[in-house]
Amino acid sequence: MADGDGAAAPGKLTELSIGGEKGLLRKGKASSGRTLNTAQIPLVASHPEVYEPCDDSFALVDALLSDKAQLLTLQPRLCMEVGCGSGYVITSLAIMLRQLGSGTQYLATDINQHAAKTTQATLEAHGVHADVIVTDIVSGLDKGLAGMVDVVVVNPPYVPTPQEEIGCKGIASSWAGGLNGRQVIDRILPAVREILSERGWLYMVALEDNDPLDICHLMSEVGYASRVVLKRCTEEESLFVLKFWQDPHAGTHASPKYSGSESWFSQLPFRSLWHKGS
Amino acid sequence: MRLLTHNMLASNVRGATTGYPLKLEASNWCTKEVELNADFIRGLLPKIDWRALVAATRALGLPDLLPDEQPPEEEIFAKGAADVEGSAIRRIHHALLEIHVQQGSLTCPDTNRSFPIDKGIPNMMLHEDEV
Repeated sequence: MADGDGAAAPGKLTELSIGGEKGLLRKGKASSGRTLNTAQIPLVASHPEVYEPCDDSFALVDALLSDKAQLLTLQPRLCMEVGCGSGYVITSLAIMLRQLGSGTQYLATDINQHAAKTTQATLEAHGVHADVIVTDIVSGLDKGLAGMVDVVVVNPPYVPTPQEEIGCKGIASSWAGGLNGRQVIDRILPAVREILSERGWLYMVALEDNDPLDICHLMSEVGYASRVVLKRCTEEESLFVLKFWQDPHAGTHASPKYSGSESWFSQLPFRSLWHKGS
Repeated sequence: MRLLTHNMLASNVRGATTGYPLKLEASNWCTKEVELNADFIRGLLPKIDWRALVAATRALGLPDLLPDEQPPEEEIFAKGAADVEGSAIRRIHHALLEIHVQQGSLTCPDTNRSFPIDKGIPNMMLHEDEV
């Protein structure tokens, strides 16, 4: 798999790394004088009840970086992170799209109020702004933002856990994903579809255990095409960053024969990983 | 929280019919200058609930910032309007993007449930028996 690097270090990606999925050039600590494209780890705020940037956060930001040129072309009006945690991802997105200026505005939600405050501090430390809201997924915003958000990024609680851990208020809300790690993901997806604009893109982290193929299939049934932007194997897990966008033809591939081993679905999206659909 | 977000936000408490618009009260707010982007305003304006925006500005003690009725688009996006101090587009830009409510509350119009805004962050979380 392309880009299946096992890298996990909180390395920085510089401008040099842009321009090809395989061309990700990993830097160590921030090299001085270079424009940084991401939030800087020393400036990311922390709190004992807030998930710190980790392999999954870096994978999501690296995936966004690999799509940076497309994101700049898209010129998203509203960008939103669901479950912003430390704020590393939404801050990085705001930094990498900085040249779009006030034509792009950012929103972030988290169910954990400590995470919301931490995100705010991380944003401020980097001189960028997002409106941060403490809420469950997009509750209270779903109607107001219906069809309005052009880019949604989500690093969901994807770890398979006992169901009882779902709904915990503190840091557990950042990982507890219930059965197959899908319980929160399966609530996030329809909520995000409500707020995504017609041209909107969703980037979401998923684990092998979450059955990313099944997620792509479910999204295709409701009219979304998908692509694996990045796959990364760490010692503990296989991480995917999936990208979804509305495609009027997406659903037509899906039925009726996705059960057979030679169906389109066994081919997609992993073999056509790098097709330039979006 | 900026008034752009206030304009999108509704109460999700059980018993609320629309939960919108939330009644804004602010004990502390500030302004931060942001470059005006007419295209952004143009794209967003059709989605903005004008009355809710006007009510929010008035709740902050700014009775004259926005008129009761939304000015016609020809006026808002007239050539050069962005460069004219006090023009409709500058006022709208200011209202949506430059005002930050730091401390205060949002009250559901249907149920009177109040949601706090602390250090700029509205907390819309409900108790289990309110969902």
